[in-house]
Amino acid sequence: MKRPTRTEIRGARAAAGFLLPFLALFLFCFIAPIGYALYESVLKTERTGALGLGGETREVWAGFSNYAHALEDDRFTTGFGRVLLFGAVQIPLMIAFATALALLLEAASARWVGFFRTAFFLPYGVPGVIASILWGFLYVPGISPLVELADAAGWEVDFLGRSAVLWSIANIVTWQFTGYNMLVLIAQLKAVPGELYEAARIDGASAWQVARHIKLPLIRPALVLTTVFSLIGTLQLFAEPKVLKPLSNSIDSGYTPNLAAYNEAFTSNNQHIAAAEAVLLALVACVLSFGFLRLVGQRGRDGEDR
Amino acid sequence: MTTGLTEDAPADGTPEADPRPQKNRRRGTGRGAGPRPPLRYRIITVSLLAVAALYFLTPVYWLAVSATKSSSDLFGTFGFWFHDPRPLDRLRQVLTHDDGIYVRWFLNSLLYAGVGALVATLLSAAAGYALAVYRFPGREAVFNVVLAGVLIPGTALALPLYLLFSELGLANTYAAVLIPSVVSPFGVYLCRIYAAAAVPGSLLEAARIDGAGETRIFTTLGLRLMTPALVTVFLFQFVHIWNNFFLPLVMLSDSDLYPVQLGLTSWQGYADRQPELYQYTVGGALLSVLPLMVLMGVLQRYWRTGLTEGSVKA
Repeated sequence: MKRPTRTEIRGARAAAGFLLPFLALFLFCFIAPIGYALYESVLKTERTGALGLGGETREVWAGFSNYAHALEDDRFTTGFGRVLLFGAVQIPLMIAFATALALLLEAASARWVGFFRTAFFLPYGVPGVIASILWGFLYVPGISPLVELADAAGWEVDFLGRSAVLWSIANIVTWQFTGYNMLVLIAQLKAVPGELYEAARIDGASAWQVARHIKLPLIRPALVLTTVFSLIGTLQLFAEPKVLKPLSNSIDSGYTPNLAAYNEAFTSNNQHIAAAEAVLLALVACVLSFGFLRLVGQRGRDGEDR
Repeated sequence: MTTGLTEDAPADGTPEADPRPQKNRRRGTGRGAGPRPPLRYRIITVSLLAVAALYFLTPVYWLAVSATKSSSDLFGTFGFWFHDPRPLDRLRQVLTHDDGIYVRWFLNSLLYAGVGALVATLLSAAAGYALAVYRFPGREAVFNVVLAGVLIPGTALALPLYLLFSELGLANTYAAVLIPSVVSPFGVYLCRIYAAAAVPGSLLEAARIDGAGETRIFTTLGLRLMTPALVTVFLFQFVHIWNNFFLPLVMLSDSDLYPVQLGLTSWQGYADRQPELYQYTVGGALLSVLPLMVLMGVLQRYWRTGLTEGSVKA
């Protein structure tokens, strides 16, 4: 290797200066908590007194027993299964919905597009908690006009019942994020050169064929990314079940992995198990999102930009 | 995977794509003026869109109607229509309840989201610029670690972060929410790919020959060239912090420090015992949603740059 030139040394020094503030905080807020969670997760609290009663508490090595405890806990594993089921159903539906809206908006006459796009995107401005409070009111019998209308029509609906509540939560998430995903897809559609459509149309392709064979393949990268980030969002599901919990008996303290970890830490005061659960959650999220990206063959050339 | 993200970048191409949407829009209207699809299709299209709009707007409409009602009317009257609407009285009650705690929550939210997003943007700009402009050993490694940070679920971090912060005595302070909010791996990612395309090396070289220092080049040239990306980073981070619930929930126990979302859930939690809180929760929810929704309505027109890259944010 040749010796670095003066410009290169100067550049490296400047780069370090620009990077340092971010990297220091990144270490503090991303790397350190991961390390700390790993550390906490292999410890347990033990009382020093006879028979484990009274006396001082101290932290002792626990090996993987916290992980074993978490994985043997039915509520925690059921919660995991629940969010996976949720994702398997809700994510494809939402992405399909967003794609349909994006393609319809592309096809609609220009006069209406602005209004509809705004209407669809509006819920993204409603925080998850507020959306949950809002839909919670629309689910609870006695206050909800939806239940009232259904009753009047002779339907018996129970949005918060054991089998329905998960899909009521799915509805909240879909309501919030479809418009956002749609906007991402539209942005990608706009980047497609118009000549491509023109050429297809001249070749006699129908609007449906253009959508199916030209637009869909071209927005594939955006579809992949929206899916991955919906996946990560789904695994973190927390605000919706937390807000709906007082309204529904069907939501227990381990309804989602995140809720379980939160309750371990703040209700049961067992931070070691909570740490183990947080680690497991992060692990599953990484495995699933990396796995999905590999599956769809997004492994690319090297990341060199210039 | 990480490379997958980068690979996309030039295709979604921020800077060169920048003038494109306009061209496309012009082309788009041209397309529309050509052979129009049959009326039947246009009617179907608009009907489908209208049904979707109904779905997205109904809850917002319910919220607006309900914010004008008292607690007893919330339960006693039909939700989709007005009953004894007294919007100003109701809103005043929300704002003055409990010595105006709502106003305090709202200002807290503004502080967290405003200051957090501003600092996050500056830090991301500097880091992204450095990663794009300079060559140094370990550059790709640093970038890949930051990208991995994008994929880590924020809530999985919040709990250990709380444990760590309570050891350091930082829990239950403004800093507990602000410090994690200023770190945006996504912002660094966006700034890097933007700067890589928007900041020409020859320009930097020229500035260096003119004797400008690296800091000066960054603050005068770099920041200006990166402005579109910076706006996007700021907005994403603002919305992200404003909407974040788990972090403040975990970190804060003093209700004076609550952001508005957390405050509203605490009202909702007490509403069983204090029925008027139902009314305040609904009114407060409407008030808290209005500014952001107006922002969304205005921004979605301009908020194109980096949206495809923006899909990186959940």
